Amino acid sequence: MLRYVAGRLLQAIIAVFGVLTIVFVVMRFSGDPTLLLVPEGASQEYIDALRTELGFDRPVITQYIDYLRSLSHLDLGVSVVQRIPALDIVAARIPYTVLLAAGALTIAVGVGIPIGIAMAMWRGGWLERLLSAVVLTGQSAPTFLSGILLILVFGVMLGWLPTSGAGDLKALVLPSIALGALSMATFARMARTAIVDELGKDYVRAGRARGLSPAGIVFRHVLRNAAIPVVTIAALEIGNLLAGAVIVETVFAWPGIGQLAIQSIQSRDFLVVQVIVLLISIVYVGTSLLADVAYALIDPRIRLAR
Amino acid sequence: MSLQATTSLRRTRRRVGRLPVAIVIVGLILIMIVTAAVLAPWIAPADPTRQVLLMRLKPPGTIAAGGQVYLLGSDELGRDLLSRVLFGAQVSLLVATLSVLVSTLVGVTLGMMAAWFRGWIEVIVMRLVDIMLSIPAVLLAVLTVAVLGPGFFKLILVLGLTRWPRYTRVAFGQTLQVATLPYVKAAELAGASAARILFRHILPNISGPLLIVATAEFGLMILFEAGLSFLGLGIQPPAPSWGSIMSVGRQYVERAWWIVAFPGGCLFLLVLSVNVLGDWLRDRLDPQARVR
Repeated sequence: MLRYVAGRLLQAIIAVFGVLTIVFVVMRFSGDPTLLLVPEGASQEYIDALRTELGFDRPVITQYIDYLRSLSHLDLGVSVVQRIPALDIVAARIPYTVLLAAGALTIAVGVGIPIGIAMAMWRGGWLERLLSAVVLTGQSAPTFLSGILLILVFGVMLGWLPTSGAGDLKALVLPSIALGALSMATFARMARTAIVDELGKDYVRAGRARGLSPAGIVFRHVLRNAAIPVVTIAALEIGNLLAGAVIVETVFAWPGIGQLAIQSIQSRDFLVVQVIVLLISIVYVGTSLLADVAYALIDPRIRLAR
Repeated sequence: MSLQATTSLRRTRRRVGRLPVAIVIVGLILIMIVTAAVLAPWIAPADPTRQVLLMRLKPPGTIAAGGQVYLLGSDELGRDLLSRVLFGAQVSLLVATLSVLVSTLVGVTLGMMAAWFRGWIEVIVMRLVDIMLSIPAVLLAVLTVAVLGPGFFKLILVLGLTRWPRYTRVAFGQTLQVATLPYVKAAELAGASAARILFRHILPNISGPLLIVATAEFGLMILFEAGLSFLGLGIQPPAPSWGSIMSVGRQYVERAWWIVAFPGGCLFLLVLSVNVLGDWLRDRLDPQARVR
């Protein structure tokens, strides 16, 4: 087990290292990264001074080593627009995004898993067809479309819920639904597949032969076994929800890191954008590491296979 | 009607009848959207960028004084929404098609090379795939577009170059399997070059699974283009893109629902159709999935 975790941890470290490198390379796509870091209309002297100050006139390799060194000290640079550390700007927005992601995950799990169970129990019937239409809708409606439609129906036409901002818990409802819809579809599909797999096993037939009710077998035995793949999906979905927040937060004017990312691109504050991309990617790598380790803990076949 | 014609008609009907109803419906939707996109310059009632400020935010069905009918209404600058949606279909399909082509080309070539040559090429390529897949694709695209600046070709390049790893994984796994088959060994012994073996002999045999990936990615690319344009990072105004039309529509949603509803509805139908078709293809081509 320890060997498996160590190997997987090494993989994750390599992945994070790779992410840092890709972000470094992308930031230099434009030729001169200094131009990305100055406010619009800056004078040539200022640009030249900043280039020297930030060391962009040195060889790329030296810059790269320097970049990694400052990251290891959690020194992510100072926002050129607001003139405070970029990390502080991002940190102030994190609680909002965490709240939104939690709301979305609650909806995705709370709606998706019961749908998946129902689809597996009544597979082939009209209920499954109806529910698979719901799942397909969740999967195909882009978040900005479902977000705006939710605003139109519940905010404008019915006037039940606020259409933007982050005032109270009521304001959390619509963005959570919009963000959670895609994950809901994923959970429903995964739960259905996992349960259908379990239903084909011998212990289910044995239970039926002993006269247990189908519902009793599903709720007492099948769900427990089917939970393993579904739980690990939950960890992976956290990363997807954070990435999806970029669009949903823009639609709902929700003051999290997703909205901050787009605002920072518009104000050309690229160090802030860089912090957000690094942060979400590291969470992404971290959660998939946790998912794999959890999976290996529950199911010994995985760690023994390596 | 001759006997032969009747049988061939019956055969055709039987063949069509074997398709599930849902596939026929989404197929028709796809054909309609593609036709509308191709014919946009001829069937659009107006120039999609022509502004008529007197006709701002008019509801669907409004008839202007000059006799022009705004079938789907007009936007915030008095442009005909139907024309913008038609030309938007062109943008959407073109960006998705070209970026899928770019990522297929890059991904499949790298995947086949990694499986054929093994060694350090495999290590580098497959590690890079792992890393690329550990950055959320939306974020990578947002960052790259932000650095490069928006634009039609840059958008295709960004989407193509951020989405190749999935093809690489599939091409790699499939090539490994096919490469052990006797006919490949025979081609190798006959002195065929690596490029010839990979593209002439292996590629046709692994194209089924690749087609499944490409279909799923095609739907995703449509969403990515619309999403980036919605965020103001994709197709730039005044060029019509469903995403950018909807981002304006978001601002006017309280007064003019149609600006969001029509491009949004088209986008939804298009992605839904591609997804349904993709699922069906996967079930047909992958016997393991069919059992379930």
